[in-house]
Amino acid sequence: MVDVAFGPEQGQRPDLSNNREAYLDLVRRKRMYGGILLVIFIALMASGWSLAEDRNAGGFLEGLHQIFDFPAEVFAEAWQKLDLLPGIFIAHIPALIETLNIAAVATLLGAIAAVSLSLLATRGLARWPRLIPVFRRTMDALRAVPEIVIALVLIYILGGGPVPAVIAIALHTGGALGKLFSEVAENADLKPVEGLASVGANWSQRMWLGVIPQVAPNWLSYALLRFEINVRASAILGFVGEGGIGHDLKIAMQWGQGRYDEVVAIFLLLFLTIVVIDQVSDHYRHKLVKGSQA
Amino acid sequence: MTMIATSPSLADSVARSFDAKRRIAFAIPAIIIAYLIYAAISFDIAGLAQRARFDNAAVLLSDFWSHKTHVTRDNRTGTVVVAIEGENKGTYPEGMLPDWVTIVGDVTTVDLGTGHVVTYDDAGARFVVPGYGTIDIRPVNGKPVLTAPQPIPDWISVAENKVSVTTDAGRFSYSRSKVETFRYQAGWELWFFTLDSSFYGKGLGELVSLAVVGDRIDPDRSNSGYMLSEFWTNKMWRHGDVAWAIFETILMAFLGTMTAALVALPLSFLAARNFMPLGAFRFAARRIFDFVRGVDGLIWTIILSRAFGPGPMTGAIAIAITDVGSFGKTFSEALENIDEKQVEGIRSTGANATLRARFGVIPQLMPVLLAQVLYYLESNTRSATVIGAIVGGGIGLLLTQAIQTQKDWEEVAYYIVLIILMVMMMDSLSGWLRRKLIKGE
Repeated sequence: MVDVAFGPEQGQRPDLSNNREAYLDLVRRKRMYGGILLVIFIALMASGWSLAEDRNAGGFLEGLHQIFDFPAEVFAEAWQKLDLLPGIFIAHIPALIETLNIAAVATLLGAIAAVSLSLLATRGLARWPRLIPVFRRTMDALRAVPEIVIALVLIYILGGGPVPAVIAIALHTGGALGKLFSEVAENADLKPVEGLASVGANWSQRMWLGVIPQVAPNWLSYALLRFEINVRASAILGFVGEGGIGHDLKIAMQWGQGRYDEVVAIFLLLFLTIVVIDQVSDHYRHKLVKGSQA
Repeated sequence: MTMIATSPSLADSVARSFDAKRRIAFAIPAIIIAYLIYAAISFDIAGLAQRARFDNAAVLLSDFWSHKTHVTRDNRTGTVVVAIEGENKGTYPEGMLPDWVTIVGDVTTVDLGTGHVVTYDDAGARFVVPGYGTIDIRPVNGKPVLTAPQPIPDWISVAENKVSVTTDAGRFSYSRSKVETFRYQAGWELWFFTLDSSFYGKGLGELVSLAVVGDRIDPDRSNSGYMLSEFWTNKMWRHGDVAWAIFETILMAFLGTMTAALVALPLSFLAARNFMPLGAFRFAARRIFDFVRGVDGLIWTIILSRAFGPGPMTGAIAIAITDVGSFGKTFSEALENIDEKQVEGIRSTGANATLRARFGVIPQLMPVLLAQVLYYLESNTRSATVIGAIVGGGIGLLLTQAIQTQKDWEEVAYYIVLIILMVMMMDSLSGWLRRKLIKGE
């Protein structure tokens, strides 16, 4: 804010003898900048949306009244076959469990990788301080690669199944959690670490006994949040690639009319699972973070 | 003295707590390992090892840095075709050959380098491998018959109707209908200009001099413009289409994120306790946020693409709807945590509710809002790649298509590199904006 108040050029100060004039000048300048930014933003949004609409197969207004056509059609069919729904639910439970397992294993493996990467990339804790940039860039690179890229390539190499999705999500999780973990670890109190160093503990003992207990609640909270995200990612990867409830959904969708009861069942299963996981993890995250502050 | 008196029980309780901690320290890793073992069994890791095709990995990796050229002779008609990656778009036109292939009459000589030479002639084909000898193949009654120094090594595979030779310099295969030689070379051939372009095969200096001082190749336009359009419309790599696809992906992320923020901002006032005294409205707004977040982006994408058809607008709307929920939640939490004193100050000047929100609340909300929006912009660039694959727009679609053909691995490699560059660019852009706008550096 300093440069706004005193003008962009260093050294040029407003005339303080006439502070009313200076204040109005400042307000005018702020308004002008804000106005210009607003106009640019509106122009970008308007041209962006119209461009996106041009390149879309269907237009916005033609499609708008159809938004509910598909859900209505689907639900109408499912309503007629309501008595079949519980059976379909049960039939898709294994696929749902597979999706959840993919997310859980990927979160677990990613978190384990993130723990070591983040400790190695945190100033003050790193085993080899000179290599901090190397580990940071590694995490950046892991975060940068979209999951779908790794998943599709691995499906080609490893064949179908859940493993490509696990590896893809785990790599991404490693990078994303690594960054968050390292931010938490940066704020850790170094006194326990010094105390442990003074009694001759080696690096891994210092980390395990000195740092991990301090940061564990926050780390767990981030890992839970990541698990929520990974459940969604695992469903989407199933739809694009193979395995889990996403794949079932794709097959049911491709079948189209006649299998809409299955589509509804899968939608509902996915929705309920995500809501339940969100609520549970929200609850525990609050507990974890509040507990550590108390 | 009391310390000494209580010390036995203190020591007991400390020892007990140590024991408990020790048990937990062993139990947690044990549970994790047990779970991973269960997962490994349910994911069929053992079967995976058999199904894995590491030769596919080798193909993909080699396409990251090299290309192959096919020299094919049709054994029935005798015509020889030289094509890069075996594609129509990369076929050498009549009278144009790479310098390592010579055709004299019916004899075609392919020099694979380091002494490896393949010759096709009337009688069949010969492959000279230094340090081994000559592999000679002649068709007898329509079947290839191999004559080579015994014993036949395992890099030569002989089947009834086909003989294949794999060496470091290149691959060679002879079947009834055709004989083919593949030569691998570093680099992505035709990346700048395709074979039919007037600029193909010219060095950088030559191109610069053509662009700056050379005579016009096409009298209607300047050489540099011609060069750009030849590059942009490159049939093999389709740079123009790819650039559009990248742009579309970024557009989806931008439109989706910004629209979500614009919609979520007014709604979040409804969900904040200190701005909405009516519990019913608050409850409704919060449940709307929960609902759009809970119905996953995947489901929104499917529903919307039914209504609007495939394309970037569908993707942008899907991103926007999903993010309204996340934004609404964070914004309303931020609103509940603002400092009331500033609002009070604005109120004392007689400002109405809109003015109080504009000058008392928004400035406090701005850092949270900007940080969230920029963070989502960055992560939505990645999501837009995936959503593009589902709704049919952007670089995600190109990538999935290229992978599904199982052939154009150099294009897959190209798209992967571009996606990573795109995401890194958006990462650093959003990081830069965050530093600029929030910290004011």
